Amino acid sequence: MIVHTVRRAVFIGLVTGIAAWHLSLVGLIPAFAQRRLVGDTVTFSYALLVTLLVLAAYATGRRYPGATQRIPWGMLSALSAGLMFFLLALVLTHLNLRQILLNATPELARVLTFGSGATIVGLVRVLLISLLSGLFTGALSALPYPWGRVIVSAALMTLLLGLLRDVLGPLLPRGVTSFLYGPAGLSLAGALVVFLLAAALFALRWSRRANGVTARAAAAVPSTFRQPVTRAVLLLILASVPFWAGLFLSNVADFVGFYILMGLGLNLVLGFAGLLDLGYVAFFAVGAYTMAVLTSPEVGQRFTLDFWVALPIAVVATVFAGLLVGLPVLRMRGDYLAIATLGFGEIVRLLVLSDWLKPYLGGAQGVTRIARPNIASWRIDSPQEFYFLILVSCLFAWFLSIRLRDSRLGRAWFAIREDEHVAQAMGINRVTAKLSAFAIGASFGGLSGALFASLVGSVVPASFSLLVSINVVALLVLGGMGSLPGVLVGALALVGIPELLREFQEYRLLLYGMVLIAMMLFRPAGLFPERIHRRELEEAVEEAREIAPAEIATGRG
Amino acid sequence: MTIAAPQRLTGGRRIDISQLIVWGIGGLLLTIVFLGSILTLRAGHYSAAQWRDFIVFGIAQGAIYALIALGYTMVYGVLRMINFAHGEVFMSGAMTTFFLADYLNRSGFLKSHPWVSLIAMLLFSGLVSMTVAVLVERIAYRPLRGAPRLVPLITAVGASFFLQYTFRGLFGSGVRAYPAIPVLQGKLWVFQKTQIAVFVGVLITLVLLVLFLQRTRAGLAIRAVAEDREAAALMGVDVDRAIVTTFAVGGFMAGIAGVLYALVFIQVQFFMGFLPGIKAFTAAVLGGIGNLPGAAVGGLVLGVIESIGPSLFFDGYGIRAAHQLKDVIAFTILVLILIFRPTGLLGERLGGEERL
Repeated sequence: MIVHTVRRAVFIGLVTGIAAWHLSLVGLIPAFAQRRLVGDTVTFSYALLVTLLVLAAYATGRRYPGATQRIPWGMLSALSAGLMFFLLALVLTHLNLRQILLNATPELARVLTFGSGATIVGLVRVLLISLLSGLFTGALSALPYPWGRVIVSAALMTLLLGLLRDVLGPLLPRGVTSFLYGPAGLSLAGALVVFLLAAALFALRWSRRANGVTARAAAAVPSTFRQPVTRAVLLLILASVPFWAGLFLSNVADFVGFYILMGLGLNLVLGFAGLLDLGYVAFFAVGAYTMAVLTSPEVGQRFTLDFWVALPIAVVATVFAGLLVGLPVLRMRGDYLAIATLGFGEIVRLLVLSDWLKPYLGGAQGVTRIARPNIASWRIDSPQEFYFLILVSCLFAWFLSIRLRDSRLGRAWFAIREDEHVAQAMGINRVTAKLSAFAIGASFGGLSGALFASLVGSVVPASFSLLVSINVVALLVLGGMGSLPGVLVGALALVGIPELLREFQEYRLLLYGMVLIAMMLFRPAGLFPERIHRRELEEAVEEAREIAPAEIATGRG
Repeated sequence: MTIAAPQRLTGGRRIDISQLIVWGIGGLLLTIVFLGSILTLRAGHYSAAQWRDFIVFGIAQGAIYALIALGYTMVYGVLRMINFAHGEVFMSGAMTTFFLADYLNRSGFLKSHPWVSLIAMLLFSGLVSMTVAVLVERIAYRPLRGAPRLVPLITAVGASFFLQYTFRGLFGSGVRAYPAIPVLQGKLWVFQKTQIAVFVGVLITLVLLVLFLQRTRAGLAIRAVAEDREAAALMGVDVDRAIVTTFAVGGFMAGIAGVLYALVFIQVQFFMGFLPGIKAFTAAVLGGIGNLPGAAVGGLVLGVIESIGPSLFFDGYGIRAAHQLKDVIAFTILVLILIFRPTGLLGERLGGEERL
């Protein structure tokens, strides 16, 4: 028994160690060695390594009931992971692998040993940090219910604020910035304050949630009143972004907006109707190129249309593109559908790229001088001004998504997603349901593409690669397929953060791959799962309340 | 074999408008291709020798597709899923073996013992790809067996990008050129010597694969699982092991295909798995997925069409730079075959009734 336990702990530690090797050698860990989070010493690389140790200890310990077992086995696991760190550091210092492995530098060895190099001191330091991580993890899991979560969430919040120093620093009042942030990353006092503040907030939230149904039922009446207020405030904050954010941030916000639009569009197809479309970029491209060809004087018939005339044409064109893709794939099974749509996406890109269509679509050089919109005499020119246009589009798409989700058509999509044959047997017309999913979903992508073309002012085929499709799929999977808030969270996390941190850019797709696998393995419903089930539960509560309000009030609902 | 009842609920054989439109588009494309071929042949820009070279090149390329396609088709046979990451399995062998080839070249061993080096490279690449394939199965597919179809499909896409960018991170994003193998330089009759090496390599691998599947117990287990997983399990076949073996064998062949690909095209880089992967998948579907001879035939057919297609179909219309449309042809074939004949040319060979 004990042998088995030891073997399991060590095995988890070794696997974690191998994960660390992977992250180190692909360059993720060395890339973040310069990004300081707290004070002068804690870099993002160290945070990553410690996270790995904590994960190892957590994975080992969570099987056992009490802290007396969780702590020692977690420590053992973290220890073996730490040894693996040191082993790689040792190999890196004594063998020159740089001819083959790009990132096998002595610098990496220093990072892996938390700054001391592959010496005895380094070994002691690594082992000490591993032991502490294991101890800390075990102790954390021994805390009563919300506190473990509160501390972890607060720590993550601190990490995020440290990461976003360059972005947030200029936005906050000067006094706050100089208190919170040091020359790089958070100052020590700042980190402490952020941590405590976040902990207090999370504690408040979780303690409210822990009180459970009674509290929610009691809050049901004010929540109908409160929600519009929250919404109005949120909307105001969203609308004010260009006023306080600089050019750079507004640009990032615009790109997040494009992806939210595409995410909402693909959500109809993948999230609601359950059809995996890997060629979604085709619709983005159709929208962008329609806008480009119609408004740029460079290609085609050399006539130019106004932005506002071209925009609806672009959207209608993508609807037709959606139908064109949707028609042939109607009868396909899931995996063939994915590949066929991928094929469509690539065909569009290759055609656009070809010399054959160059007179019409600009070939590899693309099309420039695309029109910008005018509203009366106001020319929408800068990313800040464009933001409003994108915001309005996103809100519109959001509203449409909600209406569709709650409509008869939306229910038909859900039914098809769950079981196509049964749905048909219940009288749902597969052809209309699927085609409308493709057409409406495509139109969002087309709108996004048209706005993108106008904002950037030019389109080149390179912007329309398969990676865009994968990006959209990944953000849906992260947020939760079918979940609207999930789209927002997914886009912020997978488009916003990599745009803000240049170190991430290089590892973006590696990250997407990990997200796709990890989410499917550990949380297939996504971070913000679809509310259908919850709402149905709430409806049940509501119904029950109409019958017997007293029971709910006493907490038996 | 197929579940026909749900179809009948909506009217069975009744032709609906959507199908009519699809068939119309298909007919239009066929006409374009047919007319284009006639125009090209009448214009006579290309000599017979040029056409012959196109075909030879197409067969060499198709043979490599065939090797990769076998991996897709075998996995589909046992798991009913597309191993989307198979193209990256192919890439991982070719990329890693570059360093062995480079080492052998610089130490002079490649010059003194070319055949030994070549075999070493093939085996090494096969082993690397095999390891990667088995790891992918273990991490991304096995825990999700029995989940809805969409779920392993998404992990497969994830695994594909994860592998691509892992290799990019490890070895860099640059293009690496394999060293030339002295004995394989020059021509023999109408063939490049590398092309002959590819034919021989593919043939030997195919023979070994057939022997493995027909003559060994592990091969028998794979066939049994492909036929009917549950019945095989009841008969005492270790299903998990059979599945891993399938991935291992498919991965090994992909690794060999990787080195052969590098012999013909010389250059390797982290993104090289994508197109051959998709094309090999096309080949697998073209031949009928789950059908081993079908995968081989599909590979050859696709390779040849892709090689002669741009000139034959488009030259007659006077389209500029028709060779750029090579991949368009491959993808169009992919889409068309999925639409019109998803069971492939030689028919699917799937045991159970899991067809949707």
